[in-house]
Amino acid sequence: MAAQPELEHPRKAFGWAARDSSGILSPFKFSRRETGEKDVTFKVLYCGVCHSDLHMVKNEWGNSIYPVVPGHEIVGVVTEVGSKVTKFKVGDKVGVGCMVNSCRSCQNCADNLENYCPKSILTYGVKNVDGTITYGGYSDSMIADEHFIVRIPDSLPLDAAAPLLCAGITVFSPLRYFQLDKPGLNVGVVGLGGLGHMAVKFAKAFGAKVTVISTSPNKKEEATGRLGADSFIVSRDQEQMRAAMGTLDGIIDTVSAVHPLLPLLSLLKSHGKLVMVGAPEKPLELLVFPLLMGRKLVAGSCIGGMKETQEMIDFAAKHDIKPDIEVIPMDYINTAMERLLKADVKYRFVIDIGNTLKESS
Amino acid sequence: MAKSPENEHPQKAFGWAARDNSGILSPFDFSRRENGNDDVTLKILYCGVCHSDLHIVKNDWGVTTYPVVPGHEMVGLVTKIGSNVKKFKVGDKVGVGVIVDSCKNCENCQQDLQNYCPKAVFTYNSPNFDGTKTYGGYSDFMVVHQQFVLQIPENLPLDASAPLLCAGITVYSPMMYYGMTQPGKHLGVAGLGGLGHMAVKFGKALGLKVTVISSSTRKQAEAINKLGADFFLVSSDPEKMKAAIGTMDYIIDTVSAVHPLVPLLGLLKLNGKLVTVGLPEKPLELPIFSIVKGRKLVGGSDFGGIKETQEMLDFCGKHNITAEIELIKMDQINTAMARLANSDVRYRFVIDVANSLSK
Repeated sequence: MAAQPELEHPRKAFGWAARDSSGILSPFKFSRRETGEKDVTFKVLYCGVCHSDLHMVKNEWGNSIYPVVPGHEIVGVVTEVGSKVTKFKVGDKVGVGCMVNSCRSCQNCADNLENYCPKSILTYGVKNVDGTITYGGYSDSMIADEHFIVRIPDSLPLDAAAPLLCAGITVFSPLRYFQLDKPGLNVGVVGLGGLGHMAVKFAKAFGAKVTVISTSPNKKEEATGRLGADSFIVSRDQEQMRAAMGTLDGIIDTVSAVHPLLPLLSLLKSHGKLVMVGAPEKPLELLVFPLLMGRKLVAGSCIGGMKETQEMIDFAAKHDIKPDIEVIPMDYINTAMERLLKADVKYRFVIDIGNTLKESS
Repeated sequence: MAKSPENEHPQKAFGWAARDNSGILSPFDFSRRENGNDDVTLKILYCGVCHSDLHIVKNDWGVTTYPVVPGHEMVGLVTKIGSNVKKFKVGDKVGVGVIVDSCKNCENCQQDLQNYCPKAVFTYNSPNFDGTKTYGGYSDFMVVHQQFVLQIPENLPLDASAPLLCAGITVYSPMMYYGMTQPGKHLGVAGLGGLGHMAVKFGKALGLKVTVISSSTRKQAEAINKLGADFFLVSSDPEKMKAAIGTMDYIIDTVSAVHPLVPLLGLLKLNGKLVTVGLPEKPLELPIFSIVKGRKLVGGSDFGGIKETQEMLDFCGKHNITAEIELIKMDQINTAMARLANSDVRYRFVIDVANSLSK
């Protein structure tokens, strides 16, 4: 018989979990392992609320194992390190993103692409190598192998750093890999949410001219004002879309809803690249003619490896790039999830774990 | 009033044309321009029969204006050169492929990617800059701007070189562009027709491991024994497909029928690239999860620029690569088209124009 969450590991832990596909979260007692020789344990101070958290608590991907403690944009302060840990010490500001382990021996792992390791262990909601379920950052403490811990530079405020660990790397990685990080390129960003607003910020920092493509005209002012995008197109506006045809070198598409690809392909110049980082549940239609006639491509990308995650954080610190966040108390999470569903957030909720996650509540 | 095809240009020409969407070809008198200062005139000896020719004569793509003289894989001998032509001389063995002109000014033209010029003039069924329509290689001679004429390497047989001008470049170009050139890497070739068999030959010449992916076992022996493929994977065999999951670095997809992409995407390793060069008429389904999970891509590619077409021909000359062909007479073209529609050819028909095109 499976051990209860409270008893399966030696150290007490506390967090909030969803217990069924209603997705409603509530206080939850569980436990975490002892700090092993390669482990880093830290007190969680902040945790970002990713749209994946919402998908998982509601079992929208059909693979949720309840109770689910979500959260994979976790930052805090180191409280203990194992005897073989070399990179971190007590008091360091650190974070954990979407993974807590991988096989460490396949070609992908050797190439610093742990995110593509077939045996990678996600930070929450999956079976760990010891058979127990992983629990994420909506909790008071976190533990992970030092390889999966990133350092948060002092110049980055911890609360704003949290969303870098998933939203940040998810757009940074393909901008680099698909070479959309060269100055002077025209880069489009579809969707202006957690991922989209980070794509705008990084692309601008790389020296690109950025066009935001959105279904909501009311996001234009912020996009071109505070976020610094160079232009804004309403995707339902045929005129605007037509005027922008064949102008973009690349597009980062963050939209998870099913949507037509053809209009986006038309915005690309020849040899242009459409990179999907949102994953709609249903297949999209791909017309082959436009791909052929302009030598265009459609690619996908999934978070990032540990080395590039650290590079991304250091880049963000150097260029003063911070996610735009709304800090919330732990007990606001269910309301936050409802607002997230309606895209009613500019642009990431971050839970103030350190100050508001209390066992007595 | 528009002049008739016979009268619109000063030089009489003769070929075979389709006059309606039955696609049936028959003798056709027309005309070509005088050889200008930048032009090369070639007597056509051979012309390959590309599947696009079949699509166009039947107006499958809705863009055909009749009468249409197809043919964009032609080879022959230079008979005349204009005063500005230095690269070619009378008697040279040359070829003409998919395009005969471009704007020469746009970014793509500047980068020798005339195939992506929005104003590219196709060898047949296309408005020329003077407003008249282009007629292709199922004819006795061609007049072409020197920039769009290719040199055929001396050591290559002319008839088997003809298909290089479309089938050859169409698979060579993406193999270069997408970097499918590292010896030891694994290339999958989906579909074993005119394009597919060239991809196998190029893949082997580049030192790749090559697997042919085909819907039936019919072509297996030839693929391995004659074309040199290393493996043959029957796409309708679920066991074999499962065993091959995540084993290929790249796939060239030459299949023009509508077909599922997911099984092909599954065959790719991380960062794998699926390049489609076939033209299905209907959209394909693309589940985004299939490309996000392994950072894979689906790209398209459309024949090639002139510079890279010459590079491809020189590569063929160096490695002794030509197409596997079935030589036919001009008056067998309609039967050949019917067989092509059934994929009944190993692997390209080539019309023996000089010896069989007669009034």
